[in-house]
Amino acid sequence: MKVLVPVKRVIDYNVKARVKADQTGVDLANVKMSMNPFDEIAVEEAVRLKEGKEHHAAGTAAEIVVVSIGVTQAQETIRTALAMGADRGILIQSDADLEPLAVAKLLKAVVDEEKPDLVLMGKQSIDGDNNAVGQMLAALLDWPQATFASKIEIGGGKATVTREVDGGLQTLSATLPAVVTVDLRLNTPRYASLPNIMKAKKKEIAVKAVADYGVDVAPRLKVVKVTAPATRSAGIKVADAAELVSKLKTAGAL
Amino acid sequence: MAVLVIADHDGSAVRDTTNKTVTAALAIGGDVDVLVVGSGAKAAADSAAKITGVRKVLLAESAGLGHQLAEDVEETVLALAGGYDAILSPATMDGKNFMPRLAAKLDVAPISDIVEVVSADTFVRPIYAGNALETIQSSDAKKVITVRPTGFAAAADGGSAPVETVSGVEAGKASFVGEELVKSDRPELGAAKIIVSGGRALGSSEEFHAVMEPLADKLGAAIGASRAAVDAGYAPNDYQVGQTGKVVAPALYIAIGISGAIQHLAGMKDSKIIVAINKDPDAPIFQVADYGIVGDYKTIVPELMSALG
Repeated sequence: MKVLVPVKRVIDYNVKARVKADQTGVDLANVKMSMNPFDEIAVEEAVRLKEGKEHHAAGTAAEIVVVSIGVTQAQETIRTALAMGADRGILIQSDADLEPLAVAKLLKAVVDEEKPDLVLMGKQSIDGDNNAVGQMLAALLDWPQATFASKIEIGGGKATVTREVDGGLQTLSATLPAVVTVDLRLNTPRYASLPNIMKAKKKEIAVKAVADYGVDVAPRLKVVKVTAPATRSAGIKVADAAELVSKLKTAGAL
Repeated sequence: MAVLVIADHDGSAVRDTTNKTVTAALAIGGDVDVLVVGSGAKAAADSAAKITGVRKVLLAESAGLGHQLAEDVEETVLALAGGYDAILSPATMDGKNFMPRLAAKLDVAPISDIVEVVSADTFVRPIYAGNALETIQSSDAKKVITVRPTGFAAAADGGSAPVETVSGVEAGKASFVGEELVKSDRPELGAAKIIVSGGRALGSSEEFHAVMEPLADKLGAAIGASRAAVDAGYAPNDYQVGQTGKVVAPALYIAIGISGAIQHLAGMKDSKIIVAINKDPDAPIFQVADYGIVGDYKTIVPELMSALG
């Protein structure tokens, strides 16, 4: 089975995003960038499918291809995935911040070329927070989708996926090929070892241009402005529970 | 102009999230219809018909539609999409699952998680875990939008719209295997007026339940948890409040032993009143709390229980 894992280079999870003074966006100059944390979980699961870790049979995945769409430095993100255990990478170079619809169309073109049996990807990126690309890719391919996965079992040409839903968990079964998007509890991604980081340097990354795929990536949305949310100011410290209850009663909260 | 709201419901009634999405739809303008997709969901359609401002309710039923599988809901809505300028759903886990799929089929850029309607084509949505708000204008003729329920007041009941039957489509792409839903007599996190939320300081699953449950029951509150507490296994994932869990905005939010990581604040900072109980006086949670008590929850929670009477 061949697994395709799309990954995105985003602001590091531990960095607080700050809005630019001219309200055109978030300031990413000199900010630490990393692989989107949900994508890391997707890469980890793909590698476990290859290694036969946890409940997966060894060799469930034969080849793992990682694809990223973004600036030249997104090669570093692909390299991280290769160091975790992916086999080769594709960078579709774009300096423009493409919308989810455009990203889904590019990924569909990659799927048409690569013909994976499974696309495994993060449920959302922590910058745009759209939570849309996986579902849109599945729709464009007319494949089944299983989003927000907390457990994945592959066997008999099917993916059986336990999903995080409101109020609990849902399990569904989808015939491959399918798109599965992953949630936090699926696994804990590994840190790449030094030997694996060295090995990853020799793995292939094909660099492509958006134009190579001949898809329409024109924006549909115009960003009017980006502003900082209203900040809350710290309130008061109270001495004990009795004072708290009396304050809450006065405020009408109890 | 006509707007379609896809209802969030439990089969017997629509949830509050649907009323809030109707409010967003009315702000966009035009006729607002509500679509109930399900199996044996007539009662839910009847409850949607009572929402003030709704023109009509469409009921799409089929035996397999009770599980709201993305492919089925998408195909059912796709058949109706021609008659609408905007299609809205609450940004629940189900809405987030099927709406982008619908948008792709319509070749439309989805607009996720809006918290404000500026005009019929311009919306405000949080990005970067709520650390920034983006105002975006859509050039698509048809809009596909998910609505963050905490951003809108619930449209009141008081109407009596007609209910029409439309066809439900089962796409047959994925099949339902089973579900494990958490049963609780407490209010749902998303709808609760009071939430008591516990963090990693509670130290174990046993302690989490022993401390949080009596307090929640005394206050009639829902129980939440920080991601750290969920990751440590003290609380189930569906308790999780934060960027990667649920976004809540109750009238009163009581954070116990929660330090206040950015990702947690993103999920609760729109609460009306925030109370923090933490033994670290420098915990970031105090920077957003209206009332803070510095101290060990082990002494403060029992005192709070007795002060509540």
